[in-house]
Amino acid sequence: MPASKIKSYGDVSRVELDRRAFRKKQSKKSALISCVSLIAFASAIYLLLSNSTGWEKVRIAFFSPEYFLDALPVVFEGLLKNLQILIFAASGVAVLATLIAVVRTSRSAVLFPLRVLASVYTDIFRGLPMIIILYLIGFGIPGLRIFGRIDAGLLGTIAIIIGYSAYVAEVIRAGIEAIHPSQRAAARSLGLSHSQTMRIIILPQAIRKVVPALMNDFVSMQKDVGLVSVLGVIDAVRSAQIMVAKTYNFTPYIAAGLLFILLSLPFIRLTDWYTAKLRKREQMEGAV
Amino acid sequence: MMGGEPVLRLENIRKRYGKNEVLKGIDLSVFHHEVIALIGASGSGKSTLLKCVNLLENIDDGQIFLSGEDISDPRVDEDKIRGKIGIVFQNYNLFPHITVLDNVTLASKKVLKIPKAQAEEKGMELLSRIGIAQKAKVYPDQLSGGQQQRVALVRAIASNPEILLLDEITSALDPQLVGEVLDLVRELKEAQTTILMATHEMSFAKSVADEIVFLENGVVAEKGPPSQIFDHPEKQSTKDFLARLKA
Ligand SMILES: Nc1ncnc2c1ncn2[C@@H]1O[C@H](COP(=O)(O)OP(=O)(O)O)[C@@H](O)[C@H]1O
Ligand SMILES: [Mg+2]
Repeated sequence: MPASKIKSYGDVSRVELDRRAFRKKQSKKSALISCVSLIAFASAIYLLLSNSTGWEKVRIAFFSPEYFLDALPVVFEGLLKNLQILIFAASGVAVLATLIAVVRTSRSAVLFPLRVLASVYTDIFRGLPMIIILYLIGFGIPGLRIFGRIDAGLLGTIAIIIGYSAYVAEVIRAGIEAIHPSQRAAARSLGLSHSQTMRIIILPQAIRKVVPALMNDFVSMQKDVGLVSVLGVIDAVRSAQIMVAKTYNFTPYIAAGLLFILLSLPFIRLTDWYTAKLRKREQMEGAV
Repeated sequence: MMGGEPVLRLENIRKRYGKNEVLKGIDLSVFHHEVIALIGASGSGKSTLLKCVNLLENIDDGQIFLSGEDISDPRVDEDKIRGKIGIVFQNYNLFPHITVLDNVTLASKKVLKIPKAQAEEKGMELLSRIGIAQKAKVYPDQLSGGQQQRVALVRAIASNPEILLLDEITSALDPQLVGEVLDLVRELKEAQTTILMATHEMSFAKSVADEIVFLENGVVAEKGPPSQIFDHPEKQSTKDFLARLKA
């Protein structure tokens, strides 16, 4: 019987009681050490900052409570714009990245040109800094004067979709390639068509395999939607910037930063929780 | 010799991977209700032959006839043909992300377009037959290896294929689980299923197969009834192969 199955606490042997007592003492000791080092570290930083000659100026420029309270509602309204862009961009990335991954993993001769296109695309857009993609799309497309006036938020959303799809497509492709070839063969031999096999058998398994990586990309996208401010979109960053320009006080940036952190925290926690759950399951499988 | 058109007829099948010629002209017929066992050393081309028959691999020459129809003709509807041929591999047969019942009913629902209720009724019937109806709603990883292979077998016959191909379906199993899977194959034979199977279970092949086909380096080195192949092999290579197994 495996040790983990023992759930009765009544009759535990002396040796085990001894071991438990020792472990308890050990963990108390390490908790104490962590606390002490944390306090020491924090005090060191505090002393360093407060004794630096510029600290007083920085405190006023970045951490003024009055400016903070003034900025918060304005910046919050801007954040709603970021949130809106995030939702549209994430949906767009899900679709485009999946399509690219499917094209890149297909072996059909008919799709060869598309496959080349997809691989050139992922090469280019994984290398290009997000800010350059934003400039290219945000100022390049309107410059063509084909579509008339286009909303800057829409252009920003498109740029983010294009930039992130290159990454996410590669993650999904790795997931697809991790599926054992027999799965495809088994599906095809049941008479499922190529696209049914992809849709019903391969993709659901592939995506499940890469969920932690996808969640990570989503977190990083949450903050990158702040970059659309360079196109003049009135988002959280841009709102803060406008206030800073008026008052020469940088506290609105801190407010915007704080809101971005708060926006990402729930999802970051979710990612941690899910990754830990997966690891636990894998360890259990390893034990069988 | 049995009369009539064989269910499966292979004529001069050739298959290369790059420069490596794996199948060098295979001729083979499988008649209705016949069980044929492919034996041969690892790498002799058994799996490749089965994959070619199921159109999972393209052949480089020769013809494959299923009930008289040339299925190696590129003009045939490959999905439809595959639906008429069941195949079970060594492992990774079941889809881990859907339930056992969904595994069994998938082809009926998505390929044959049978209504869900009807497909599930048939699926439950098949699962009861192998004694795991109570596991219908669990995921495949909660079944033992032997149960998984038995589910794969009933899934393969759920859409009434004309022939069942088995590729060493017990070779990834713990020894104590092999028996239950082979018993099911034996039952399928009794239910008159037509089977072409690659196997390394010689005593099983001897007791179940109507004909043994010994593959060596991509050619049929010898074939005949089990009594002949196992007890009085004619070719030296067959004798050597069987002797190596006993050693
Ligand atoms: N997809 C493949 N690509 C290249 N070579 C392969 C492939 N599949 C099988 N082979 C080669 O074909 C030969 C026969 O393999 P296989 O049919 O699996 O034999 P068996 O099933 O009898 O062990 C081996 O030499 C193997 O390396
Ligand atoms: Mg093989």
